[in-house]
Amino acid sequence: MSLVINTPIKDDVLERINVGDIIYLNGVLVTARDAAHERFLKHGLNLPLSLKFLPIFHAGPIVKKVDGGWSIVSIGPTTSMRMESLEYDFIERTGVKMIIGKGGMGSRTADACRKFKAVHAIFPGGCAVVAAERVRRVLGVEWLDLGVPEALWILEVENFGPLIISIDTKGNNMFDERIKSINSKKFEMLKNLDKELSSRL
Amino acid sequence: MDELVRLLSKFIKTVAIRLPDDVLAALKALSSNENSYWGKAIYSLMFDNIKLALEKGVPVCQDTGVLMFFIDVGTKFPYINVLQEAVTAATIKATEDVPLRPNVVEPFEEKNTGNNVGTRLPWIEWNILSNADYAEIVLYLAGGGTSLTGNAKVLPPASGFKGVIEFVLDVVSGYGLNACPPFLLGVGIGTTVETAALLSKRALLRPIGSTNPNPKAALLERIIYDKVCGLEIGPQGLGGKTSVLGVNVEYSARHPATLAVGISTGCWAHRRGVIKIKSDLTYELPLYRGVVL
Ligand code: SF4
Repeated sequence: MSLVINTPIKDDVLERINVGDIIYLNGVLVTARDAAHERFLKHGLNLPLSLKFLPIFHAGPIVKKVDGGWSIVSIGPTTSMRMESLEYDFIERTGVKMIIGKGGMGSRTADACRKFKAVHAIFPGGCAVVAAERVRRVLGVEWLDLGVPEALWILEVENFGPLIISIDTKGNNMFDERIKSINSKKFEMLKNLDKELSSRL
Repeated sequence: MDELVRLLSKFIKTVAIRLPDDVLAALKALSSNENSYWGKAIYSLMFDNIKLALEKGVPVCQDTGVLMFFIDVGTKFPYINVLQEAVTAATIKATEDVPLRPNVVEPFEEKNTGNNVGTRLPWIEWNILSNADYAEIVLYLAGGGTSLTGNAKVLPPASGFKGVIEFVLDVVSGYGLNACPPFLLGVGIGTTVETAALLSKRALLRPIGSTNPNPKAALLERIIYDKVCGLEIGPQGLGGKTSVLGVNVEYSARHPATLAVGISTGCWAHRRGVIKIKSDLTYELPLYRGVVL
């Protein structure tokens, strides 16, 4: 299924989406990665804006100063898994509805997605110019003292995607399956390795 | 010196916005071999992205990494005394001009320096060429996702190549998903962790599709390649038969009591470029056919 979603994101829309679906986003998207998660959850600072019903993007852009504001040069996802230990609390405390990044996330995040009705989606890593094209403008920036990559960039996006749903509101996790499959294949690949090597190397 | 800085900063820009010819050719070959649903969609987005980056003259990926230079410099290269200074100045200039993402964080101050220069950064590995009058400079943009896969370990020699392969598969099946596959895999073999690790990075600098000149090392490359492909990680980890751009092994002779293994990955946006600068500052760009700086 392929679907366009507007922000603020409504629960009933989100609940119809399943792992593997592709969505495109219209509205407001806020970047938040390692340092923003830590400042909020570990150092206890209040977020400078409400993320309720909004999507966040694990990303640190390249930006350019243009008269009176900023423009996004290049913006792609960063590895979501780095935020795994903090994402449950982040979802619970902010009411954020969608986490966008690359690679999968773990079982704690999947739990939070089920409990608080949120999803994780991946944007293909490295495709940062395509992503930048879908950013209409920069609405603002907060916590810029964390450095450009770690600041909260508040963006207006149009048709932002493709976003592939990797965790849905039922708590299904596409990457659980991926990791299981990779591990079982690894087991197979390493079987009889002794014999194979003595005949080849 | 000013002219050298200008030349180097333009070279940095080229590396950030354009994939080298061998990487592009390898990605094209992989994309025509991939038949998974997601895989095909992802390759097509990658090619759109590569094209758009060139058209707009902006970095292919937002993570322009930490700059690592591998420099072979001739002792008769007229700029040998100012080369390090020029590389640093060019890094600052390119960070502003391109722009690159300021990625350099001082670990104790937890502060982003803002210009991609910091303690011991940009990283430079030197190699001296006696009596030559040119410099050959390889630049690698080490992105975060792809550097996170890096690992090294000293095995007891009894582990043999079996131990090497097991270690590689453990690492790749764990973090490899996040290294924006299809990735290039570099494996270094040596005596100590740091030599094996460095060799694994040097392995990433080799042309894609090249094989180690030692037939046995080339065979190890082949075996690891087959095994890693067998994991079916696929583009962006979503499954598929194309997972790697290649497997390159580099080695040194080792101590009889150790077998050190290093692992590095280079993501699909494998931005490593080469420039050969002659004594009169004319240059060659062997990996970017038709490009003028
Ligand atoms: S792994 Fe490479 S392509 Fe992916 S986000 Fe990092 S630098 Fe970009």
